[in-house]
Amino acid sequence: MSTATLPPPLTRKDFQTDQEVRWCPGCGDYAILAAVQSVFPELGIPREKFVVVSGIGCSSRFPYYMNTFGFHTIHGRAPAVATGIKAIQPDLEVWVATGDGDALSIGGNHTIHLLRRNVGVKVLLFNNRIYGLTKGQYSPTSEFNKKTKSTPFGSMDRPFNPVSLAIGSEATFVARSVDVFQSHLKDTLKAAAKHRGSAFIEILQNCNIFNDGAWTSLTEKDARTEHVLVLEHGKPLIFGKNRDKGIRRKPDGDIEVVTLGNGIKPEDLVIHDAHQTRASYAFLLSHMEHRPGFPTPIGLFRSWDDLPRYEDVIQDQVKNVIAKRGRGDLDKLLQTGDTWEVK
Amino acid sequence: MSTLVESPQTKSKREVIDRAVIRFAGDSGDGMQVTGSQFTNTVALYGNDIATFPDYPAEIRAPAGTIPGVSGFQLHFSSNEVYTPGDAVDALIAMNPAALKVNLAELKANGILIVNSDSFQETDLRKAQMETNPLEDHSLDKYRLFPVELERLTKLALEEVKIDAKAKSRCKNFFALGMCYWLYNRSMEPTVRWIEEKFHNKPLLVEANKLALKAGYSYCEATEAFQISYEIPPAHLSPGIYRSISGNQALALGFVAAAEKAGLTLFQGSYPITPASDILHELSHYKDFGVITFQAEDEIAAITSAIGAAYAGALAITTTSGPGMALKTEAMGLAVAVEIPLVICDIQRGGPSTGLPTKTEQADLLQALFGRNSEAPIPVLAASTPADCFWTAVEASRIAIKYMVPVIVLSDGYLANGAEPWRIPKASEIPAIPVHFATDPQGFLPYKRDPKTLARPWAIPGTPGLEHRIGGIEKQDVVGNISYEPLNHEKMVRTRAAKVEAIAQDIPPVAVDGDPEGELLVVSWGSTAGSIAAAVKAQRARGTKMGHVHLRHLNPLPGNMGDVLKRYKKVLVPELNMGQLLWVLRAKYLVDAQGLNKIQGRPFRQAELEERFAEILGKRERVQ
Repeated sequence: MSTATLPPPLTRKDFQTDQEVRWCPGCGDYAILAAVQSVFPELGIPREKFVVVSGIGCSSRFPYYMNTFGFHTIHGRAPAVATGIKAIQPDLEVWVATGDGDALSIGGNHTIHLLRRNVGVKVLLFNNRIYGLTKGQYSPTSEFNKKTKSTPFGSMDRPFNPVSLAIGSEATFVARSVDVFQSHLKDTLKAAAKHRGSAFIEILQNCNIFNDGAWTSLTEKDARTEHVLVLEHGKPLIFGKNRDKGIRRKPDGDIEVVTLGNGIKPEDLVIHDAHQTRASYAFLLSHMEHRPGFPTPIGLFRSWDDLPRYEDVIQDQVKNVIAKRGRGDLDKLLQTGDTWEVK
Repeated sequence: MSTLVESPQTKSKREVIDRAVIRFAGDSGDGMQVTGSQFTNTVALYGNDIATFPDYPAEIRAPAGTIPGVSGFQLHFSSNEVYTPGDAVDALIAMNPAALKVNLAELKANGILIVNSDSFQETDLRKAQMETNPLEDHSLDKYRLFPVELERLTKLALEEVKIDAKAKSRCKNFFALGMCYWLYNRSMEPTVRWIEEKFHNKPLLVEANKLALKAGYSYCEATEAFQISYEIPPAHLSPGIYRSISGNQALALGFVAAAEKAGLTLFQGSYPITPASDILHELSHYKDFGVITFQAEDEIAAITSAIGAAYAGALAITTTSGPGMALKTEAMGLAVAVEIPLVICDIQRGGPSTGLPTKTEQADLLQALFGRNSEAPIPVLAASTPADCFWTAVEASRIAIKYMVPVIVLSDGYLANGAEPWRIPKASEIPAIPVHFATDPQGFLPYKRDPKTLARPWAIPGTPGLEHRIGGIEKQDVVGNISYEPLNHEKMVRTRAAKVEAIAQDIPPVAVDGDPEGELLVVSWGSTAGSIAAAVKAQRARGTKMGHVHLRHLNPLPGNMGDVLKRYKKVLVPELNMGQLLWVLRAKYLVDAQGLNKIQGRPFRQAELEERFAEILGKRERVQ
């Protein structure tokens, strides 16, 4: 086929629908939608191959605004629906849009099972640490003692760390980005798109109505550099306004925050390796934000793509059995076992 | 009717009879289900008509020798038509005192009673809560009692086999099976073949089981213990190739056949649950048909993965039992709203909650009809016999695809595990199921309906130009965008209902078995078909003008149902529940129907049906 017959390349506009976007003005979801709409045309995948699947919640309105195949399912079940789609059509590019309540509370079971099976689905978890669509109850990522509509004296639940949960579920691609860090978010989405197995991205997202400022400790101008550690494969773990702090391994295997200088050089720090086969290193990274003085990492925690995709394992098993037994014959099947003839 | 002939091999007599009911009972570790299945297979291969009733506890191994641990398998085989596994038992094989205690009440007076006398020691009796030894206290005098030292004799027969004592003891069920083959003049050949296949890489077990089987047979021959043996000639079934089949096997094969006939991949999303798991086991073998079986993380993922698969263009099914149905309800509503083909199988069991996992009950008709939020009508079909499960699966798939709807199939524990002879259809006899995937972007709209079936297009992802969004939120008619508009909602609710209601035009009208009008109409559905048909036949033979309607389609009901109900003075609806179809018929047709309701985890006995007929007809005579 000559290049002349190729359809014109897709643009961001090709992925927009005629539906009015109905998120609250100022919602972080707009930024995520914009990033996805600008990344999809760059992937070189025909539009009809995309399926966006969602559950319930503000984030789950996402499919209506994407001019692809879209399926707005029921609360928490998008990963299971996506698994069924991939089992039948492994070549589709299936993205799940979900939230902290949808993916980690009502649908927690499906999220972990999708990841451990390594279904070739991309999961975008919009984490605003609140229930927005039901107007302001605490979520499974809300901080302890949070005062919300359903917890006037403070919530008594300890939160999930979505990245730790995904790594604990043996996810092969785990990343974190932020709604307002547009270029970082786009790069992260592109990296996820390249991953064949399950890809899980926690996107820190602001709900300016019910949980405004959920992430300001990371997104405000100064905080951004002081408290955020941007993970880059092959580079040392350095952070801080003056890029003078880093993460170093201790002899006991744990990590510590050190200040560069006084004989401590960048090469003494942990050099980030996102491609490790085992998940323990990524898990250690995912937990540092809970410790005093440690930064919050964003970027790729883990990107290891050697595990076969679930849908390929399914299809291979079918192929192997057919190769061994031949394609099934219905008459033979019905007459399996002991039969007798009545004349 | 019986004829006595001299048996050529031995001095014992051989009697030709037309039917027998045999029950194997023992501990759940005694292999009674295998023993019963083997006997079933052998008599079916010989050409008898059969019906079976496996009855086993929910516990894998309740404490050995106790009453809760008793597992039974009943078989009715005949040279005539068989409708039920039989009310009363002609021959009972009891492997221990508990099995004897649980099953003795159903043994006919003068019935054959074979007991394993080695298991009637003091401790065994205590476990069965028996104060005296029934083998010695004359309490069994009204039966033909044959105490056999099954344990000792089996071990003796296997003396030379190099397996441990425990493994030898486990072969005693085949010793008993060998005895039964002698008693009913059946060949050991099919079971020998089965043993060789089953243990093909364990030659010592092949040897041990074959020896035990043959020793049991020879024991009868040598000792002439029974003095009489029985011969039941083959039944006159309609010509064809037959096999014995259980309801769960038949459902599995039905879906494979439907997928082949539709040219679609079969996808099954399922979570293990009694008594439905065997469908998953069965289908997981058929990868050579491209079947995809997905053992999901829970019941909800089982159905939602199936919804995803259907959306992507598969014939998708999910299989479960009552508690699992309850978990699937929200997802069923989604399937109704997005209008995709899906078959949901509920293999009913006693409820509520966990209820009676291994016992049968027509528990979930109302759940199937109404168990969803809001107005979410779903076509409901029920299978009537194990073999009928095959055709019910094919029919459910046809409706789901043609009308773009989820469809519920009801079976139950009794059909799932029970077996009967099945005339195997040729693949060419099974009608094709046409499938039309939308491909033309010109004028495509996701909710633009076929004017005749009201089905919306099946537009699967990957089709260029058909990108569109669907979901559980109410959709604008034709266009499919989100719509909260009041009149649009009413229109969509009514349209979905009308689509399901219109299926009544596409199913056979009610066919009455018996008199087209008269004193009494008996209406039934599901697994009670056999016992009710037999009871109606017996009652009509006594001169009552009555008819029997057995429904396969429970939603929508056949178009002439109301007319048929009006032709009889009285209507009786026997059900293994509190009266669920009864409730529907009374509500829908304003008919003063009455019920016969049994909620004991067991099927109807023919006699209790006939007693109720007599009562309702005002003839309170005792029924034999």
